[in-house]
Amino acid sequence: MQIAPNFVSEKSWERSLPWQQITPWIVPLGLLVIWQLLAQFGFITTRILPAPTQIVEAAIRLSISGEMFRNVSISLWRAMLGFIIGGSIGLGLGVLNGASPTAERLLDSSIQMIRNVPHLSLIPLVILWFGIGDEARIFLVVLGVFFPIYINTFHGIRSIDPHLVEMGKVYGLRSRDLFWQIILPGALPNILVGLRYALGLMWLTLIVAETIAANSGIGYMAMNAREFMQTDVVVLSILLYALLGKVADTAVRLLERWWLPWHPSQQM
Amino acid sequence: MNRVESPTSLTSRPESRYGTHLSIRNLTKTFGKKPVLQGIDLEIEPGEFIAVVGRSGCGKSTFLRLLAGLEPATDGQIELDGQPLKGLNRSARIMFQDARLLPWRSVLDNVALGLRRDGQRRGQWALQQVGLSDRAQDWTTILSGGQRQRVALARALVGQPQLLLLDEPLGALDALTRLEMQQLIQTLWQEQQFTAILITHDVEEAVHLADRVVVIKDGGIDLDLWVPVSRPRSIGYPALSEFKVKLLNRILDR
Ligand SMILES: Nc1ncnc2c1ncn2[C@@H]1O[C@H](COP(=O)(O)OP(=O)(O)O)[C@@H](O)[C@H]1O
Ligand SMILES: [Mg+2]
Repeated sequence: MQIAPNFVSEKSWERSLPWQQITPWIVPLGLLVIWQLLAQFGFITTRILPAPTQIVEAAIRLSISGEMFRNVSISLWRAMLGFIIGGSIGLGLGVLNGASPTAERLLDSSIQMIRNVPHLSLIPLVILWFGIGDEARIFLVVLGVFFPIYINTFHGIRSIDPHLVEMGKVYGLRSRDLFWQIILPGALPNILVGLRYALGLMWLTLIVAETIAANSGIGYMAMNAREFMQTDVVVLSILLYALLGKVADTAVRLLERWWLPWHPSQQM
Repeated sequence: MNRVESPTSLTSRPESRYGTHLSIRNLTKTFGKKPVLQGIDLEIEPGEFIAVVGRSGCGKSTFLRLLAGLEPATDGQIELDGQPLKGLNRSARIMFQDARLLPWRSVLDNVALGLRRDGQRRGQWALQQVGLSDRAQDWTTILSGGQRQRVALARALVGQPQLLLLDEPLGALDALTRLEMQQLIQTLWQEQQFTAILITHDVEEAVHLADRVVVIKDGGIDLDLWVPVSRPRSIGYPALSEFKVKLLNRILDR
């Protein structure tokens, strides 16, 4: 009975060390310093890769001119709209096909067939249909987001333990309660996995679509800068995409903590 | 069928008005062409504690699922207090071998599942019955096997069922926890006077808990044995072993 408390307190002491939190940052910070030095002393030309400080300057310049904010917000808007449309359709069809075998027989194999077409390969066709306007880009994002949400929702609902559903029936739950209290919470971990994939694909699709054909947005900002050899703006655009991707990932993590507090992945 | 008659009411309990009276007639269940239960007749008094034993795969769980109304019978009928059972049996609760708790709900919310009003207070009451009041807010995933089954028992009792169906609920527990749970089930049954049907593969458990032990074999009732031993019955009570031997011989064809 002496050992247990000691062991616990030692562990929490170790965990609270600031050292533990600093460790993961050592390598990236070191690389950043090396990069800065290499660029500053002319080992890398600005054409190839500008120094970190130059990128910061570009960020400040474009912030002041308002160009960065405008392009970021238009990209965000496209991403969100495509995500909401594609995500809702995916969730809806996933729930429908997961819950109803008839709907599954009718729809699932068609959806699986379409899934085999890489959505980015549709770009020429989509441009023919919609021109190079926002519709084309949003349509591509919708396609990119739809499949991971659909597949994971469907799979999540299908892989619910039938014993739990049977138990729910014995304990007096009607179909609607069964759905809200057993089927949906049981499928939620899978749905969130789909959400995470979908957000990744959302940015990827948007990057490609904006880079190929756009007159605004982060991808356009990068391509435009390329024509004028502004490597700093190109790198800035790439960093912006990375940052937005990270924000999306963190959002999913927070959702998981909020919605799945019971899940083994949330219990240390 | 071989029936050992009960010397009237040696089974220590007052006449119950609370449990379901079950009248099972010619109950038959076939899966495809495979007959599982063939014409079972059984009369179960309100508040009686019946144990059902038999070899694995003889149809015990199927029997219970029919009583719960989870599956339709192929033939025959089940009457509950004189009313034929149609669809789900709403006065019954099942306790399964695996506790079947919802991992996304706290212990208390699991117990209160399906209660339409007053769930929290009644849930607390049920948890108190099984001695788990202090775990109400925990996640079920951190409980031990025995504690999980106690939560399942609380959930079964909270709706104050008239019929409690137990499908090998203690089969996966260690010997000591099992004894503890048997004691608990017996106490709660004596207090609350529901009718109880316990499926078990443990003949010792059957004679320890039940007023009557039924052996299912070849789709029918092979033996219907009264256990007229007064309660509380201590483990290893000599009178019980006689019944145990009789049952084992019957099940194993000796
Ligand atoms: N849904 C089902 N479909 C087909 N066969 C089944 C089904 N449920 C049970 N059975 C069969 O019925 C027999 C009895 O099963 P069960 O009642 O679970 O046995 P026990 O509980 O006595 O071990 C087994 O042979 C089993 O394979
Ligand atoms: Mg069984």
